[in-house]
Formats: sequence, structure tokens, C-alpha cells
Amino acid sequence: MKKTTIAFASVATAALVVGAWTSSGFAGQWGGKQVDDRRSGYTYAEPETRSMQDDDFQNPAMVWVDDGAALWNKVDGEAGKSCASCHNAAATSMKGVSASYPKMDKKLGKPQNLEQQINECRTERMKAKPYKWESHDLLAMTSFVGNQSRGMPMNVKVDGEMAPYFEKGKAFYNERRGLLDMACKHCHEDNAGGQIRANILSQGQSNGFPTYRLKWQKPGSLHRRFRGCNKQVRAEPFKNGSDEYVNLELYVNWRGRGLPVETPAVRN
Amino acid sequence: MAKPRVKVPQSVKKGEIFEVKALIKHKMETGQRKDKKTGNKIPRDIINKFTANYNGAMVLESEWHPAVSANPYIAFFVRADKSGPLVMKWTDDGGKIIEATSNINVTA
Repeated sequence: MKKTTIAFASVATAALVVGAWTSSGFAGQWGGKQVDDRRSGYTYAEPETRSMQDDDFQNPAMVWVDDGAALWNKVDGEAGKSCASCHNAAATSMKGVSASYPKMDKKLGKPQNLEQQINECRTERMKAKPYKWESHDLLAMTSFVGNQSRGMPMNVKVDGEMAPYFEKGKAFYNERRGLLDMACKHCHEDNAGGQIRANILSQGQSNGFPTYRLKWQKPGSLHRRFRGCNKQVRAEPFKNGSDEYVNLELYVNWRGRGLPVETPAVRN
Repeated sequence: MAKPRVKVPQSVKKGEIFEVKALIKHKMETGQRKDKKTGNKIPRDIINKFTANYNGAMVLESEWHPAVSANPYIAFFVRADKSGPLVMKWTDDGGKIIEATSNINVTA
């Protein structure tokens, strides 16, 4: 413990020195995990949780990433194809992909997130059954695909044809709901860094999803997190993959623009 | 249960102490929870024993209890003696045994 404290103190001092030398582009004490005033949930986590995420070997979600890598090459469905049949090596073809979702789907005429895109590929190209939401296979695949973008900045398109959906997501974010009559922003904008009982409120950034939550003892999707938040304010949660949550995901990803993808992150 | 993830150094000098890291996927059901729909207790299913053998000799034996988290991670240190297999065994309540073997390459 003592060692950790000393390490943090020296990081903070180093950041202050840099801050004094360059007045612009001050990254704060969190280095790449902070962009302007936007801070990854990593910076709100306990040092022990952060060290679990930092070491790929200790990070339990890497088991799901490995499983996803195996699924990537597994032939499934009537078309006799695997993901790799069209996309080849994920390390090149999937690089940066998860950072840019949700994206407009021309055929559906509305944005789709990564989970829905994977299932569209499965039903239309592979002629296979779609994965169930929060199933092991879908979490493994999204963790694996997301992991290929690790370190790349979150970068969703919110203008042009995406603008109306972005506005809907923004409205959802700022709209009071549930018995407690609270909006997302009341915790994650107005009180980020404060405490909610024993937990520290983060800014609610989405750059680490699917995230391994120690409470869940497994990885979970962003929509599972949305449902959890909605339930906590005593509101009726929407379905996983509903339009409301996809729009909200678009807005939340834009809120964290520039933050590095951390998939799979570890949180409490 | 999936294959455990094991990390050992590629080679170690004789007499040196090296770290072994291992992570296994297991739900570690404590036996304290109830099924929300039926109200019945979910039976306990945890890994209750972990052993490590190096060149046939036991280097670590441990009993695990319900407070161990799901997907348990273990790290321990072993002194390099001579080249040979390090065999790790996880035994769960169902009597299922998962084994992982890694070869330790000891240089002079």
C-alpha cells in the first residue's frame, strides 16, 4: 500500500511540473485516461481495481476475450461461414470499429450498436441464429471486437443523419424519470466524484464496455448498466437493444469522445 | 469450465524464485443464494481445492471456501530446482478436476 501512495504522489508532482511548463493541453494527473474535463471511470476506481485492469493476465475479462477469439474463427450457420470468412484477421479489420459505434444502418434506417451489428452479420450473412443479449457468446464476441480498438479514442459520428438520434439520446440523458425523479445527469454530471452511499460516482463514461464488474462477477454490456441505473432510480428499465438505449449509447459515447477504449475494463 | 490461463517465465536460473500466475473461469456458486423465481437455494458449487506439483513434489496445497470470488486468480512463488513440469489442479464440489501443465525450463 505504501508503495502505491508514493507512486501516485510522484505522478501528481510530475503532472504539475508539466502543467506549469505548458499552459495548453494540460492532461491532468490521469494522463491518457483524461481528455479535457472528461475522465474515464478508471480514474474513479480503487487502485486495486485499476491494477487488475492494467495486467491483462489478472484481468478476468480476458477469458471472455479469448473465448471471443475462438468464436471469431468458428464456422456457424447455414452459409458455412465464420466471422473470419469475410473480415479476415480481427486485429486489422476490427481495429477502431467499436470506437465508432453506434452507426447508421441504411437498411433499418436507424442507428445500430455493436451487439446488433454482430447479430445482423450472424442472421443475414452467416444464416445463423442471433446471439441472445448478455449471453456468454455475445459478451465474448463484443469483448473481443472491442478489445481490438483498445487505446483508440472514442469517436462516434453525431452530425448529419445521426443528429436526430443524438438529440433523442441527449434528451433521455437529461430527462427525469422513476420514483426518485432523477436524470442520468444528476449523478454523472452534477455529482461526479461525489459519493452515493459508499460508492464514488463516476462521470458514467462508456469507454470500457463490455466491462467486468466485480459485483456481477462477469462482464456486462452497456445496456445492462443502463438498466441497472434505471432500476436504481425506481424507473421501468427499457429492453436491451431498445431504440431508447441505442440513442442513449450514442449520446454517452459522444460525451466520452476522445477517451481511449479500455475494453475490457474492470470496475467495482 | 474453460481452459485455465497460466503464466510462468519462459526460462529461469537454477535457484531463482519465480512467480506463477493462474486464472480459471468458474462461477463459484456460494450456496447462499436463492433462485429468485422458485425461492429454492442454489446448491453450492465452488472449487474447494487447489494444488500445485513441481517435478512430482507438492509445492502448494490450499483449501478454498465460499468467500473466494468467481473466476479465481492465484499467484504464488516457487524456487527453481530443475527443469520439469509444473502441474496445477483445481477440484470443484462436483468432483470435477481441471488440470494445467506448464513446463519449467531451468538454465544453469
